[in-house]
Order: sequence, then structure tokens, then C-alpha cells
Amino acid sequence: MARLQQVLVPILAVVIFTAFWELLVWANGWPDFVMASPSDLPAAYVRFADLFLIGAWETLWRTVAGLLLAVLAGLILGMIMGFSKIARDGLYPLLVGFNAIPKATLVPVLALLFIGQHDFNTVMMAFLISFFPIAVSVSVGLSTLEPEYRDILRALGASQVTIFWKIALPKTLPEFFGALKVSVTLAFIGTNLVEIVSPHGRGLGALFLSGQTNSNYPLMFAVLIALAILGIVLFYAVVMLERTFAGWAERQAT
Amino acid sequence: MSQVEIRNVRHAYRTKAGPLPVLDGLEMSVAEGEFCAVVGPSGCGKSTLTRLVAGLMRPDQGEVWLHGSKVTSPRKTVGMAFQNPVLLEWRTILENVILPLEIVAPSMPRRDRVARAEELLAMVGLEGFEAKRPSELSGGMRQRASLCRAIVHKPDVLIMDEPFGALDAFTREDLWQTMRALRQAEPFTALLITHDLRESVFLGDQVVVLSGRPARTQRTMRVDLPADRTLDILFTPPVAEMLHILRDEIKIAQGRPVETPAAGQG
Repeated sequence: MARLQQVLVPILAVVIFTAFWELLVWANGWPDFVMASPSDLPAAYVRFADLFLIGAWETLWRTVAGLLLAVLAGLILGMIMGFSKIARDGLYPLLVGFNAIPKATLVPVLALLFIGQHDFNTVMMAFLISFFPIAVSVSVGLSTLEPEYRDILRALGASQVTIFWKIALPKTLPEFFGALKVSVTLAFIGTNLVEIVSPHGRGLGALFLSGQTNSNYPLMFAVLIALAILGIVLFYAVVMLERTFAGWAERQAT
Repeated sequence: MSQVEIRNVRHAYRTKAGPLPVLDGLEMSVAEGEFCAVVGPSGCGKSTLTRLVAGLMRPDQGEVWLHGSKVTSPRKTVGMAFQNPVLLEWRTILENVILPLEIVAPSMPRRDRVARAEELLAMVGLEGFEAKRPSELSGGMRQRASLCRAIVHKPDVLIMDEPFGALDAFTREDLWQTMRALRQAEPFTALLITHDLRESVFLGDQVVVLSGRPARTQRTMRVDLPADRTLDILFTPPVAEMLHILRDEIKIAQGRPVETPAAGQG
């Protein structure tokens, strides 16, 4: 019963949302060049099936690549800031400042630095936009570790490395996964930003752009929904990882 | 030879307002296999004492000796337990108890580690809870598991910083008895920081009263009670008298200047 509920409730929510959208377009009598309705989308998917598959793959792999870089850099930065107060004092303003810059402004900078390297630029943007939450959460997790947790191993003469692997890292995992969930959606924004803004782009973003150029509204909305689905897939992939590696932090519902 | 020897230890913390002395002329000696309870007013530096004995800190002056060698860094022969059981939530109870063995005896076969942990868990009444997570256990049970972890590697000295402080009165008394049972089965030297005078007398072979901050040894009292004590002994006249003396000592430690001599040195 509980499992059934877990599957049915989300499906029902999607159905209600779609029906509401369809109703909204129908009630207002909007033509599809103002706002496409869900019933317009299947035709768009069928007609551009090849482009959707290629675009989705390009968007997905570049987002995941950027995300992996963000995890790596975020972990390293977070560890440095978590263990050293000097590093924390020095790096925080820089990181916050960098994070405050609208990333759209960095597209031309990247494009000039690495001319023509479209894949590289896209991965870089996905990385730049998504590493910040990971770095902050890991550093906070490490710097707020209760001294007693450290002491139970330190009193036995364990090295800092051992303490990190056995205590600090696993204890920080719930915060890390929380941040990763935020980063997943951010990384998609980064990828799409470059895909849409840069000329001769690839991926779903470029498909969206060509829909706009051709005033093909159903295609544009179909791209948006495809992006949403990719985002959901990747998000739940992270949730699965979280259950595997930090499932202990989940409390039984009472 | 004494197992724990503290000689004229002084220590101060550096704060913004200048040095804050917490220990000043601390003297203490605990014989092998002896249980020493340390009581004193709150904030008098008792926790600092545990960190010094564990080698997690070095005193500004004076010396701490463990088993005939001077303590300069942490060593594998101590066990620690705190008021917070600090169990690792991502490990089962069994894996929590095994943790020190992973550091102290990395070559010990897994089978032996498990057997050792299971033996201890059975001793404290946690048989059948080996595969549970800490979050599934009550506070008293968690503290029992924490005690098992503290002695799983057969330390020479067990250092405890108010391990029963956060438990309700009945659970606490249960754990006192568990503590005594553990000592019967596994001889170890123990240093217990507590603010519960009944606990100090019931568990201790000697009770050390620390003065208010900066703490020095204000009084050392031997507890001459039979080794196989039951909780009933707490209601006998000799214990009442000891508790009375200790109570007076704490009052002195809390209120009057530290130079005031304690009544009836003994």
C-alpha cells in the first residue's frame, strides 16, 4: 500500500498538472504561437525525434561531466576550508563574490578564452555554476564536526587521514548529498545557458533556439519538458546514490 | 607502581582576556586496577584533566604519567567515554564497538574482532542489538554500547567524562551496576569525572575532590567498601558519612577561597 502510494501520488500530480495546463490554454483560447498546450507536444516529439535524442544526449553528458568536476572541486575546496580556518577566511569572500556574478556574463569570457571549444565551454559552465553549494556544505560539515567525534579516534593515536575517512567524511555525506541535489539543477542551467546563448550550439538548448527562430512554439515547449524530464532523472539518480551511501541519516517516518 | 600519576600539573587556556588558569597544582595517583572518581564544582577543569591524561593536550607545567612513562601524545592503551555517547550513526552497534580495534589492531582477524565485540555487548545486556543502528536504541543502551567501545581494545586506563550525566536516575543506577560488572570481568584502571557524589562513592576506590577554578587537588578520600557492592550500600551509615564529607568539600570548593583548609584531612 505504501509502495503503491509512492508511485501513484507523483503520477497523479503530473496528470493533474498537465490537465490544468491544457485547460488553461483551452479556456483562454490561446493559439499555439502564444502558448503551446500539452496535446501539441507529441507531434513535436515525433517529428523531431532524432534531434531530441541527439540533443538530450549532448545536454546530459555535458551536464554530468560538469557535475563530476563540481563534485571533485567542491570536495577539495570544502576539505581545505573545513580543516583550515585561514583558508576559510581567505576563500569565502572570493567564492561568494564569484557565485554572485550572473553566469550569463561569463559566456563571452569563456567563448573568447577557448574559441570554438563548444563542449569544453559548456562543461566548464555547468561546473562553474554548480560547485559552490558542494564546497560550502562540505566545509560546514567538516568545520562543525563535534570535537568528541575526533577525540574517540585521536585518543588512540589515529592519523588525521584515518579520522577523515572513518569519521569526518561519512558524517558529512548527508550535507553533501543535500548540496548535490541543488547542484544537479544548477548544472543543467549552466549547460543550457551556453547551448542557447552561443552560436552554433548543440544539445537541447540549441534545439530550443531553433524552435524560437522558426516560431515553432510546440517544439520550444517540448524542449522545456524534455529538459524537465532529464532534470528529474538526474535528480533521482542522486537520490538513489544518497540512499546507498547516506541512507542511515534517513529517519523512519512516525 | 601507579597506573596514572599526575604531578603538580598547571594549565591555562589562552583567551582574549588573557590566560585563564584552569588547573593549578593538581596531584593525583591512581594504582593499577583502581577506580578513581573525580568530583568538583562545574567548570573547574575536570574535562581538561581527561584530555591531559588521554594525551590530547599537554599541560603548561607538570607531568602526567601513564604506566611508568610520561604522556606526550595519544597512545593506544587508553579508552574514552563521554557524556555524549558519540556513536557513529552510519555504523551498526557491532561496527561501532569494533571501531577502536580497526585503529589499534589492524591485523586482528575480522572474526576475532566480532567475537570480542559480541562478548562485551552480551556483558552489558545488548545481546540481539548488534545489527541495530544507534538511532534505534535508547539513551541508556547507547551509553552501554559506548562503554563497550571504550574498553574493546583492553585499554590500561579507561577515562570517562560524565558518561552517565545525561541519563535519568534509574537508568544511571543500572549503568553503575553494569560498570561494576564490567570491572569484575575485565580489570582496568579507571578515571571517572562526575558531578554525582553517590556515583563517585558507589563506583570509586578513591574519590578526588577538585577545588574551584583553577583546580587543585582539594581532598583525596579512600572508599573502604567491599568490592562486591550493591546499590543497597548507598543507604548505610558509612556511605552517608562519606557523602556528607564530600558535600562539605564541594561547598568549600564552590564558595570559599581555595586557601581555606578542608576539615579533617583523611
